Amino acid sequence: MRTARVFAVAWIMHLKMLSRSSFDGVLGVLWPLFFATIAFLMYGAGGDDATLLYAAVGASVMGIWSSVSTAASSAVQRERWAGTLELLVAAPVRLPVVLLPITTAMATVGLYSMVATLLWGRFLFGIDIRIEHPLLFALAVLATVLSIGMVGFLMSVTVVRYRSAWALGTAFEEPVWLACGFLVPVAILPAWVEPVSWLLAPTWGVRAIREAALGGSPLPDIALCLAVGLCYAAVGFYFADRVLTSARRNATLSLS
Amino acid sequence: MTSLRIFFIGGLTSYRALFNWITPWILVPTFVVGPITQMLLFVYIGRNAGIGSDEFFVIGNALQYAAIPCLFAMSNTIADERRQMTLGIILSTPAPRVPLFLGRAMPVIANGFLVSLFALVAGGLMFGISVPAPAYLPIVGVTALCAFSCTGLGLVGAALGLRVRETAVLSNVIFGVLLVFAGVNVPLDDLPDWMAAVSPWLPLTHGIAAARALADGATGASVTGEVLRETGVGAAYVVIGMAMLSYFEWESRRKATLEMA
Repeated sequence: MRTARVFAVAWIMHLKMLSRSSFDGVLGVLWPLFFATIAFLMYGAGGDDATLLYAAVGASVMGIWSSVSTAASSAVQRERWAGTLELLVAAPVRLPVVLLPITTAMATVGLYSMVATLLWGRFLFGIDIRIEHPLLFALAVLATVLSIGMVGFLMSVTVVRYRSAWALGTAFEEPVWLACGFLVPVAILPAWVEPVSWLLAPTWGVRAIREAALGGSPLPDIALCLAVGLCYAAVGFYFADRVLTSARRNATLSLS
Repeated sequence: MTSLRIFFIGGLTSYRALFNWITPWILVPTFVVGPITQMLLFVYIGRNAGIGSDEFFVIGNALQYAAIPCLFAMSNTIADERRQMTLGIILSTPAPRVPLFLGRAMPVIANGFLVSLFALVAGGLMFGISVPAPAYLPIVGVTALCAFSCTGLGLVGAALGLRVRETAVLSNVIFGVLLVFAGVNVPLDDLPDWMAAVSPWLPLTHGIAAARALADGATGASVTGEVLRETGVGAAYVVIGMAMLSYFEWESRRKATLEMA
């Protein structure tokens, strides 16, 4: 119960902070819109409405990943710069329980971008966006946010020794858009990409969202999305404990 | 002589002092991985949408990626000085402003040029793009020109850095505008009219068009118009950027707001 309360309070607190940040809030909405605009123009020039709808739904999920990839990589570093990392480590709650809601809040902020991209596509590009299964769509979005938050959590603890981890996170942004089939089907990419995409939670998330929006059956994809996300979280918990033990033993918590 | 010293030594020192930025841990993901992933993304979107050719997207995105160093490094020359509490010291010196700020732009142009050149070569090799040998040198020249014109826009961003706190957000937004409006991934003919009307006034638009024409076999003489237009746009942004820097510096002194952006 205490863990759930910590998660909920930390999630709300960080969601409020991120929403007021011009980098995470405003740019988080604008940045994917630039790419979505180009994708809409390119697919629009191609003249295929079905592909345009496919791209619109995929583009709407880009913002969720974008809001996590850069920010989550530097989540621990931010606490270090703010001088709060020692306090979080010294608190009776385990550090991963504090970090996970931070990265989940980052993914949640991406929902602003998702809504903005769908509205952008609908009103500026006239894309007829119909959501066939609204409830399943909401469930798929929830599963995607949670699983991308868990991916972010794993990133935040695995790159903790990398002082400029934000640059690495930024470099992951477009490869994940590509490999997870946000804007193009994975089938047109080189064959080795597809097995890699199966290991990436956003792949199943965007598939689930598409299935729900276009009238398919998203439940298997939702289950896989959550399952892969939970695997990331489990690995993240393991790494967090190892890294923390090492930092305490070597007295390097505030160094990087 | 003092102006030359400020221009060359001051500019290089300022560039080397971008401590938060000039490190292989940032440069490799940003300047090596970044342009390649952007090219890959748009090449595959183009293939899926059935528009453009691999060459079209490689040239567009490689040249456009000069904007990352040109916009961010220029705005950081102001924002980092403020963060490190040295902006006031610099602006209280009697150093003439033209060599002071243009000197800072020179290493940035070189940086942007090298990033674009690397991206062109890497993209060309990855996608097996064949460019006529006589076009190599003119394309290198156009690449340098694009880095210059982008740095002109970066000067405008640097000037706004005297007023805007979030220079990283500002630079990202300008980067996005160039990506959409400069004909990087969408041919200008396919852009909505109002977007196509903006494009000629942005850096990169003419340079990218010239580089594409050269890669398709056009002679250097036949792209003179585009090259001159790109030069004009770049020079105009340099002048606007310098004027804005002077105005905002003057206003900052008058209102005592130099450290308050």
